[in-house]
Amino acid sequence: MSSKTLILGVIGADVHAVGNKILENAFTLAGFEVVNLGVMVSQEEFVNAAVETDAAAIVVSSLYGHGEIDCRGLREKCDEAGLSGIKLYVGGNIVVGKADFVQVEKTFKAMGYDRVYPPGASVEDAIDNFKEDLGL
Amino acid sequence: MILTVDFGSTFTKLTAVDEKSQKIAGSARAFTTIETDIRDGFNTALSELEAIVGKVEYEEKYAASSAGGGLKMVAVGLVPELTATAARLAANNAGAKVIKTYSYELSDEECDEIHGIVPDIILLCGGTNGGNKDVIIQNAKRIAEIDGDFAVVVAGNKSASSAVMDMLKNRKAILTANVMPSFGKLDIEPAKNAIRELFINQIIEAKGISAAQKMMSYDIIPTPLAAFQAAELLSAELKGLMVVDVGGATTDVYSMADGSPTKPNAMLKGIEEPFAKRSVEGDLGLRYSMPTLIEAATVSKVAKEAGVPPEEVNNWLLRCSKDQGTLANNPKDKNIDDTLAAMAVEIGIMRHCGKVEAVYTPFGETFIQEGKDLSDINYIIGAGGPVIGSLDPAAVLSRAFATAANPFSLMPVKAKLLLDESYIFSAMGLMKKTRSELALNIMMAKLKEVG
Ligand code: B12
Repeated sequence: MSSKTLILGVIGADVHAVGNKILENAFTLAGFEVVNLGVMVSQEEFVNAAVETDAAAIVVSSLYGHGEIDCRGLREKCDEAGLSGIKLYVGGNIVVGKADFVQVEKTFKAMGYDRVYPPGASVEDAIDNFKEDLGL
Repeated sequence: MILTVDFGSTFTKLTAVDEKSQKIAGSARAFTTIETDIRDGFNTALSELEAIVGKVEYEEKYAASSAGGGLKMVAVGLVPELTATAARLAANNAGAKVIKTYSYELSDEECDEIHGIVPDIILLCGGTNGGNKDVIIQNAKRIAEIDGDFAVVVAGNKSASSAVMDMLKNRKAILTANVMPSFGKLDIEPAKNAIRELFINQIIEAKGISAAQKMMSYDIIPTPLAAFQAAELLSAELKGLMVVDVGGATTDVYSMADGSPTKPNAMLKGIEEPFAKRSVEGDLGLRYSMPTLIEAATVSKVAKEAGVPPEEVNNWLLRCSKDQGTLANNPKDKNIDDTLAAMAVEIGIMRHCGKVEAVYTPFGETFIQEGKDLSDINYIIGAGGPVIGSLDPAAVLSRAFATAANPFSLMPVKAKLLLDESYIFSAMGLMKKTRSELALNIMMAKLKEVG
């Protein structure tokens, strides 16, 4: 896949907008084409945007603690829409409080996410991961 | 003196405009004669007009046409809410009658269906620039295999355009800019212009109207485009404007407003619809589309509102289906027709306007808006026989307003109601590019306030 397009958004009913803008800037500076869907993004919006733009990855943020419910089923919707093999990344404060992250990562990987980032993760490291995954 | 002509599906309507007095000097009509020679009907109407305004040399002649079924189109995109919607919006704004919109890869059944529609033009879209290429290329291949004399306007992912044009090399195909160049952003003018070009250069000829073209000073355009241009013209004077035009076959709605959210905590999702938007409801009309209008409104609701038993509604439907020319010339039939016109207004406006969905978040209620918020519009103009000729046009038009029954629709809340009482809309719209002031002055003088 040669696409450098990332779909970015804050999933569910989450309105935390600041981190989203920072990520948009960081990913754009790193050379990605960023389609930023902003906050309160539904799974369908992520999928539709990825289909039209032939995106290489969907980057999901969840800050308000409902990440596990909101993120469930996105991989299946991607498969359904013919986006097989698209990378799914998730980060932010994806669950409530300070849950054991090893367990959280396991749960999200089982849901089909390729990489799962804990609160306070470095965005630079994440960019390196993305480039590696996408062969850039 | 200026002459405007509308070659309609049934009537050829002529209007003489006097630029000195800024008034309509007279109008006349005759049956459209597309089967024999389009000029016959024109000449009949012309001599009738001569009886009113005298024998004059017309300095400029303008014409629109919806003869021969109008401009029939099919729109093809990728995702229903994205490029497929963008394609339909572009075709509607070009004055076409979009018979159907398709998304994703076309199936065998859909290709057969398109063949059966016998479109004049297929608008082929899909993918943002640099986005998905596979589907539009595949659809170009499928379209190339469909038998028919249609033209194709290609307005999708630019990265796929050479492959797409290659697939269509044995067809009449025009390449133009992507209707959705980047995610959610529309650019429909280029596609609209390409459709217009095709209409002028090919469709006119194919429909047997080229003899008429030779008599005109300017290119013939589709009638709905003329109406669209009239609405655009008026919006310079009447800020925040909607037009609803109910006819026998369709209900056309136009809005000239940006439609951004008015609710404080509403967030706009989906594509940004254009400031000037036309929607066409092919199932809402008072004759040809009466069965589908009644289906959409439901017999029981029509009967209840008209205050008659359901059988009477069904009887009226039966009579009109047998003869599309049936006129409501007694109070009983008129009552049902007026009720149907009101329903067409309500449903047509509701479909045109955006809607909000309430989302309950941990810290309260917010709204997600899709489409245009037209709640703060200032003017609604009624056009078309069923509205203008109704016994109480204000009552019919006020069905455009939001009600408690549709709390999530972003329909107008209050607005001045006006009527295109002298049926001059499309005639004036024709002059938009060359004589905008004259056309605007006449329309402003002729619009009648109701209610
Ligand atoms: C400001 C704020 C708000 C504002 C948001 C204003 C706005 N429109 O943006 C308001 C007041 C609206 C708000 C509301 C709520 N908030 Co609040 N909010 C915050 C606060 C204080 C700062 C958020 C912020 O902007 N941070 C700065 C940015 C730069 O950081 P960021 O958002 O975390 O994003 C970075 C990283 O997370 C990361 N990242 C994000 N996504 C991804 C994805 C990938 C792949 C990667 C690699 C990295 C990554 O990179 C980003 C950029 O550096 C945080 C606490 C905090 N200090 O973080 C709480 C916080 C996020 N809120 C919280 C909560 C609970 C709420 C509410 C539910 C509270 C309530 N009961 O009303 C509501 C939810 C509303 C909703 N529907 O979303 C909790 C979440 C708890 C949890 N997840 O366990 C937090 C953590 C506070 C806390 N400690 O309890 N909040």
